[in-house]
Parts: sequence; structure tokens; C-alpha cells
Amino acid sequence: MSLLELDGVKVHFPIKKGILFDRTVGHVYAVDGVSLKVEAGETYGLVGESGCGKTTLGRSVLRLVDITEGSVVLDGTDLAKLPSEEMRRFRRRLQMVFQDPLGSLNPRQNIESILSEGMVAHGIGKDQEERREKIKSILDKVGLPSNALSRYPHEFSGGQRQRIGIARALVLEPDVIICDEPVSALDVSVQAQVINLLEELQEELGLTYVVIAHDLAVVRHISDTIGVMYLGSLVEEAPSDALYAEPKHPYTKALMSAVPVPDPEVEDKRERILLTGDLPSPANPPSGCRFHTRCPWAQAERCATERPELRDVGGGHRVACHFAEEIESGKLGLTRPTGIEAVTESEDVVVEQAEDEAEVPAALLPADSTTKPDAAAVKDKVPAAAETPGDRTADAVAKDRDAAAPDASGKEKEQDKTG
Amino acid sequence: MSLLTVDELTVTFGGRGRKESRAVDGVSFEVDQGQVVGLVGESGCGKSVTSLALMGLLPDKGVTVGGRAEFDGTDLFTMSRSARRDLRGSKMAMIFQDPLSSLNPVVPVGVQVTEILERHRGMKGEAARKEAAHLLDRVGIPDPTRRLKEYPHQLSGGMRQRALIAMAVACAPRMLIADEPTTALDVTIQAQILELLKELVDQEGTALLMITHDLGVVAGLCDQVNVLYAGRVVESAGRRELFAHPTHPYAHGLLGSIPRLDAPRGEPLSPIRGSINDRIAWADGCAFAPRCDRYEMGCLTGTPQLTEPRAAGHQVRCVNPVLDDAKAEEVTA
Repeated sequence: MSLLELDGVKVHFPIKKGILFDRTVGHVYAVDGVSLKVEAGETYGLVGESGCGKTTLGRSVLRLVDITEGSVVLDGTDLAKLPSEEMRRFRRRLQMVFQDPLGSLNPRQNIESILSEGMVAHGIGKDQEERREKIKSILDKVGLPSNALSRYPHEFSGGQRQRIGIARALVLEPDVIICDEPVSALDVSVQAQVINLLEELQEELGLTYVVIAHDLAVVRHISDTIGVMYLGSLVEEAPSDALYAEPKHPYTKALMSAVPVPDPEVEDKRERILLTGDLPSPANPPSGCRFHTRCPWAQAERCATERPELRDVGGGHRVACHFAEEIESGKLGLTRPTGIEAVTESEDVVVEQAEDEAEVPAALLPADSTTKPDAAAVKDKVPAAAETPGDRTADAVAKDRDAAAPDASGKEKEQDKTG
Repeated sequence: MSLLTVDELTVTFGGRGRKESRAVDGVSFEVDQGQVVGLVGESGCGKSVTSLALMGLLPDKGVTVGGRAEFDGTDLFTMSRSARRDLRGSKMAMIFQDPLSSLNPVVPVGVQVTEILERHRGMKGEAARKEAAHLLDRVGIPDPTRRLKEYPHQLSGGMRQRALIAMAVACAPRMLIADEPTTALDVTIQAQILELLKELVDQEGTALLMITHDLGVVAGLCDQVNVLYAGRVVESAGRRELFAHPTHPYAHGLLGSIPRLDAPRGEPLSPIRGSINDRIAWADGCAFAPRCDRYEMGCLTGTPQLTEPRAAGHQVRCVNPVLDDAKAEEVTA
């Protein structure tokens, strides 16, 4: 039995129109059927791009937004059906750390007041004296000096404010902490401090985290299990290492290949799967598989009509794609260009792209040569180096590249990354 | 001869009785034709102010700009205002961070693109509109003639950034300054925009000054990387050299504190302690000293100079640099 279980959670926001009568003209399908399980003492990471519903899902667990359908079960109690007063009492066990550390702290309350407010509401500690002792010990845990008690949020740096946000969650001794983009507002060097703090606290206090973030590298670093969201639903869920080693859903593959890695060697070698277009509107999601409008492997019939369910493909790896195995084994060809060609779809630009491909050897000049040959010179070299005639289509280029890769196309991406 | 030479650039806000605050404190770097140069640093290191000073976009009052910046043989800071205006947008162009707030919300995109063509290339009417559509098409906006009539809010974030890039490259500038061009975008869109920038640089031989906090973006794009801390360049090297052997303790620490997608899990990150607020003035010594693990007494005797302790062309501003390769490899491995 898992500590936190979500089953078919849907959050739909109505779109209203009209002045006198609030007619509902449609819905924004922010979260549209998410089922997942979070084990005690684990970290569950939710990733996805903006607008995929990850924040709404996090908030719905705390009932900060109303759940349209489905259940959220914490330790045997279905939160979705609790009356609001009981839910309020239940929130002691479920706390949240918000994204914007300044915006989520009242500027006119000092730290003691901010931290003791929740304790008073939940009846923790007999008197102010006892609460103060408790707060001091928590402040010490999150690495803040005890003289912080009488100070105000603006007196702290961004990283320290986030520590206050974490302390506010901790004073109530919750079972589950939902961290919504806990480090995205922070600078890299400070970000690492907060990530380490979250990990230390988990070890010490046996906390369970749900971490919501757009940064795949951060999520992978701290999560045991990762769920990837796209347009309101989970498209893939797997243990952190398995997801990284073998992303099975086309969207996960694209997402992984788009994350820049701070290592020029890796950056030069790897192959990007660039997606065409933007995220469709969640008010009017595509039929069938939500991703089929951008999927490089989309098939004509099934993808557009039948919505794939999350299914287990072994090893705790769940994926919502009809053709995950076929893509994996390389049986399924690309139906859309995935390289740089995907970005510029017009025909004549593609031709120039083919030349760009040929330029790569020229770009692999000695590492520390600071001057690149100017573009004209490079172009002169191109016709000699390029065996690709100008009339190629984007598809042909993509296929050729697949053929040029050493291994079967399904495996090559992982190899690029691990290599 | 470099296209852009920046020499000891300083930017000071305040003064005249108000408390002075030095945002840029002696930044020097060069950008060659067709080269991609990165300015990397965390918030408050002066990277954006540097770009604004170069473009001449800082307000006249309350700001003192010192040092020298030479673009294509002419001194930017002694130029007349009208000459500067001719230069800006035609030979030097900028791509801003937030595409929504840098586009005028009440003017259609088309008008904003043609405005530049009219001002700098003397195009009018139908010709300008055609060229604008061509520009949007070139940066990968589908159905450009329809998009020209739309307002910024009708475009998606990625498309707005593409429109901004179209405006920046409208006059085939010799130099592009991109200030965090992908920070406001999702990773998949970021990858598209970075490919587009790469393509423009490769095709046109445009020099690109890339300002970012994301070391991953730098690793894939830049030829030369300058790491800024508290308004000064602390390390400057080719990207392979820099990422293989980060030598300034700050650059070293920065690389150690990023969780990497391709790194083995389970190892804690090694963050830099403190925050950028814990710094001293460069005049008194190394601004990074209060946060540095390799701090020694010599750090506080005047501004450390740029030296080349490891390899030619790899400049480091530190008296006690990280030269221990074993340790450096541990971070990059």
C-alpha cells in the first residue's frame, strides 16, 4: 500500500462567457486523468513543460484547486471527498513548498510569525515558548541562524527565503511535502545548496517528496521515480535511472535530447530530436494520443483516434504509447523530420540544412582555436565535402542520418548520451 | 583585428550624492567575425548591464559608463547619438530575454518588423511587407503573411522569440547580442531557438555575443567562454578547455553544482557556499574570496590579475587557481 495514491485525477477549469449569465463554453483540461503512486520515504518527480498541468496536479493533491473527478488517497483516506474542515486538519500531513520564495512569504510578518502560524492553526505546541523552541530547532536544520526569528523576508537572500519556505513546511511534521519548482528561481550555485538540503532532510526525517519541476536534470538528481507529463496526462513513468537510460515515449526522448548538458564533448556528439510546433491548447486538446500532432513517429490511423493508456512494459516502466516497442526495435520509421529540418519546414531552407550537415567536420576544428573560419570560406568548402545533392527532402536527410549511425536507430540515442 | 573589443568596461549606477553601485567592474573581452562568444554568470554578475552598455541602451542620467568599446574600428562610447542610432539595429542588433515584454503589445507584429526595414533599409509599403514575411519565414514561423497581421499575444512564446530574432537579423547585422534568449522558453522550444541561432551564425558569419546563466547552452554553442563574477571576467577560455579544466574556483564550483542529466545518480552536489551578496569590492581583493574554499591571505591584496596558469589563451583571475587535474576531472567526468 503506497502512502499517496492518485487514481484518475481530473481537474477541469470551466471557461465562462457572458455578462449576465455565466455560460460555460468549454473547459481547460489542465489535468486529465492521472494515476500514480508515491511510496513512503521516496521522491516522486513530475516533469513537463509549462502548461502540461504539473503544478495544477500538485495543488490538487492539497485540494488548493478542486478535483473534478478521481481520488487522492493519503494513507487510506480519500482527500477528494473530505469536507473542507477535515481537509484543513489533514493538511498538517501534506505540506507544500512554493516556487517563488519571496511571493509566498508575507512581507509584513517576521519569520517567527510566519512559522508559528501553521503551528497555532494545527494546535502544535502548548504555548509560544514551546513553539519558539521547536522553530529554532527547525531553523537550525535548514541552515538558518536562530536570530532569523525576528527578521523579515526581505532581509534574506533568495536561497535563504527558500529555506524559510522549507522550514514552514517542516514545522508541522508532515508526511508528504509537495515541492513546486523548489529551485527554479535560484541561481545555480544556490540551487545546489537547496537540493542538497532537501536530500539531507529526507534522509534525516524520512520525508516523502513530490517534486514538480521543468528541469529534467534537477528532477533526475533527486527523484527515485519520475513521471513525465504532457498536456494533462502522464505519458511515461519509470524509476529515475531507467527513464534516463531508456526513455520509451517519443516525447520523453525529445525532452531528454533537448536538455543542454554542460559538456562540449557530449553536446557536439549528440543527436537532437527537435519537435515541430508548440504545445497545443489544453482547452482544445488533440484527439487520440495528445502528442500525435508533434510526434515524429505518429502513425496515420491509431494515434489520432485512440488514446493510449499507461501500460506496464516491465521493470516498473509505464508508458502511454501504442508503438513504444516498435519504435524501440526500430521497426517504425520516422513520419516527420526530427533534426534541424523540423524547425524550418520550407523546402529551400532544407537544402541549406543539408549543406550545414556537411559543415560539421569543418566545425570540429582544434578545440582551442578561437577563430572560426568565416562563413564564406566554409561555404566554399561545402560542395566538395557534401555528397548530398540539393534536391533532397528533409525526410531523406533524416533517414540518411539514421543509417549513418553505428547502431539500430532505437538504441543510438542512449549510446550518444552515455558515450 | 576583432570586430568588437571591450576594454575595462565599467558601469556605475548612482553617484552625485547617492550611494554608488558598480554593476560592471572592468570587463574586457573580444568578439571576432563569425565567432560565438559567451558571457556566463549568475544573476547580479553584470552580464546584462554589459550588453545594454554596448548597445547604448542605458539611461543617460544616473549611470556612468567607463572604459572603451570599439566596434568595427569605431569607438562606441564617443560616437554621436545619431550615429549610434544608425548603428543600432543595422550593424549591431540585440535579442532580448523576455519576448512578450520586448514586443509592443498594441502594435501588430508586422508593423514592428517593417519599422526596422523602413528605418534602416529605406524600404516602403509592399516591398517592406514582403521582406518582413520573408524574414518571418526564414526564422521558421509558419504562415508568415497571416502572422504579420497578428498581435504579440496571439503568438506562442517560441514564436514571439522567433519574431524578435527576425527583427534582429532584418538588416543582416555583423554582430548579434543575445541576452538570455531562451531563458523564458521550455526546453524543447529552447532547442529549436538555439538551432536557429546556430544556423544564422553559420550561414551569415554573424558574430554572436551570447549572454546566459545556463552552462549547458554555452557548452553547445559558444566558441569562447567568459565567466563573469561580480562584474569582472574571472575566467576566459575556449569552451572545450574551460569545461575540461575549469581553473578559477568559481567556475570550478559552478560546474560542480549543476545536476547533470548524464551523471550517475546518488552523489550529492558540491555547491558554492554563501550567495552573491557575500562579496567584497574588486579593489580590495578577489570578490569571490568570502565564498572560496581556496581562500588564502594573498587573495586580499589588491585586484588579482588575469594570468595563464594552465594553457596559453586560458586566462584566469586567481592567485590560487585549481590546477589539480584529478579534482577537476572528478567534476567533469
